[in-house]
Amino acid sequence: MKEAKDISALADKLQARFGSDLVSMDAGGGIPVAVVSKDRIFDVISFLYREEDLAFRFLTTLCGVHYPLHEKDRTYSVVYHLHSLTSNTRLRVKIFFSEDKPEVPSLTPLFSAANWMEREAYDFYGIIFKGHPDLRRILNMDDMKGFPMRKEFPLEDPTREDKDDSMFGR
Amino acid sequence: MAGKQETAVKIKEEKEYSTLNLGPTHPATHGIFQNVLKMDGEIIVDSESTIGYIHRAFEKIAEHRPYYQLTPLTDRMNYCSAPINNMGLFMTIEKLLGVTLPKRVEYLRVIVMELSRISDHIICNSVIGVDSGALTGFVYLFQHRELVYEIFEEICGSRLTTNMGRVGGFERNFSPVAWAKLDKFMKEFPGALKEFENLLVRNRIFMDRTVGTGAISAERALNNSFTGPNLRAAGVDYDVRVMTPYSSYEDFEFDIPLGTGGDTYDRFMVRNEEMWQSLRIIRQALEKLKELPGDVYHADVPDFYLPPKQEVYNNMEALIYHFKVVMGEVSVPVGEVYNCVEGANGELGFYLVSDGGRTPYRLHFRRPCFIYYQAFAEMVRGSMLSDAILTLSSLNVIAGELDA
Repeated sequence: MKEAKDISALADKLQARFGSDLVSMDAGGGIPVAVVSKDRIFDVISFLYREEDLAFRFLTTLCGVHYPLHEKDRTYSVVYHLHSLTSNTRLRVKIFFSEDKPEVPSLTPLFSAANWMEREAYDFYGIIFKGHPDLRRILNMDDMKGFPMRKEFPLEDPTREDKDDSMFGR
Repeated sequence: MAGKQETAVKIKEEKEYSTLNLGPTHPATHGIFQNVLKMDGEIIVDSESTIGYIHRAFEKIAEHRPYYQLTPLTDRMNYCSAPINNMGLFMTIEKLLGVTLPKRVEYLRVIVMELSRISDHIICNSVIGVDSGALTGFVYLFQHRELVYEIFEEICGSRLTTNMGRVGGFERNFSPVAWAKLDKFMKEFPGALKEFENLLVRNRIFMDRTVGTGAISAERALNNSFTGPNLRAAGVDYDVRVMTPYSSYEDFEFDIPLGTGGDTYDRFMVRNEEMWQSLRIIRQALEKLKELPGDVYHADVPDFYLPPKQEVYNNMEALIYHFKVVMGEVSVPVGEVYNCVEGANGELGFYLVSDGGRTPYRLHFRRPCFIYYQAFAEMVRGSMLSDAILTLSSLNVIAGELDA
């Protein structure tokens, strides 16, 4: 039960520091999940980074997720996976925001690794990371239209007529 | 070596620099990636990487495929050690389903994963040799990589992009031929590896070319989210197999080799020692397997195993079931999991979001190459062009994993 105690201790700490900007915190599937408000994400993560007893100083990965069926102000999400190597604890931090204003503070001042990860999230979801030094497409070609990982973007070229996948449920 | 970055050359406005395109297709880059180098004579002043030349939209495709069809996508990420990717994905889905595996299956997986780690490190280390002018070790060790591929071929029918196993275990038990080939490999490889070491480890030319080049400090490596041998070469003892054991790695005894300077030589040495440790793990696994019943090769996950053909042809329920499995109509709980394995290049993570449907809602691959390759510019700034080639090959950047 050590983990459950750790989570509540961590939740209390974040609650005390960020108040209502910490939307929720739960045990999740093995890794504790904290949902925080979008504008404070940089502050939350730099708090987790700088606190000596937390020391989440390793950014495992970050990625975007698109939820077109969510309420209008929660259709996009960025999921950060942090790792504290000193205590070997992992933490998943999530933010949700709307399609109209997909602007998120960049983590590049804290982690050099965030540079390409954020470029990837921009490339596939069109999420604008404010303060990123060089926010360009990374894997797709520069003149591509649209953001391909958004759910409305078709998997295959919609103009193609020689292939009918409908009977396979695709 | 730690202060290597500070020696980087200052860019002077009035000076004219030459631009050199290293890649996209260049024999020394061993893959399709471009680096636009700004050169002052033979010194690299700055480097800019362009990636994405073989981007195949795996994350998008994964959102449209039933779970059992995802494995071929992972094969094509780090194609030098495809089974590790396969097993990593299976473990992620198993974690979501809440399946526990029999010990024997986990040990079989450990054997396969360590074999692929060896074959991956063979490629990386012998290519470091090639890039510093020593072709002998490369051709020599490749015979033994071939032995590993023959084992894979015997287990699953394919060699490079293996698509090995199923959610819950393997599709069939290892054949006696596979065990015989494994024994042959275990007998022959240590001698060859020793000879390979003798060729390079204390070789004057090799050491002159690699010691102190392409160094990165532990602090910078962590900030760049390095994992795997590249991080350990910088002196940080982070190994997923120890930190968050999976597939019963906690049952094995092995050492985590560490470097000190994070330079090309350290990366070479860490990978070299890891091969010895992998052999040690396989040997222990073979011992442990002797005590376990030899006919278990998968867990009881009927959603991912077809019913026996005899029943399918004679029994309606089995036939329906067969089609359900083939069409991927399996029940998967709603939820999200992050699972990581120690790939040959570092922490290979899978972040899977499931909405209960037949395909993942979102599957994100944490590809170690993609993350650490961005530090390449930082590592080669101020060094010679020829050292940059060695730095690139010692990082073991695999184009498939880089671009997904």
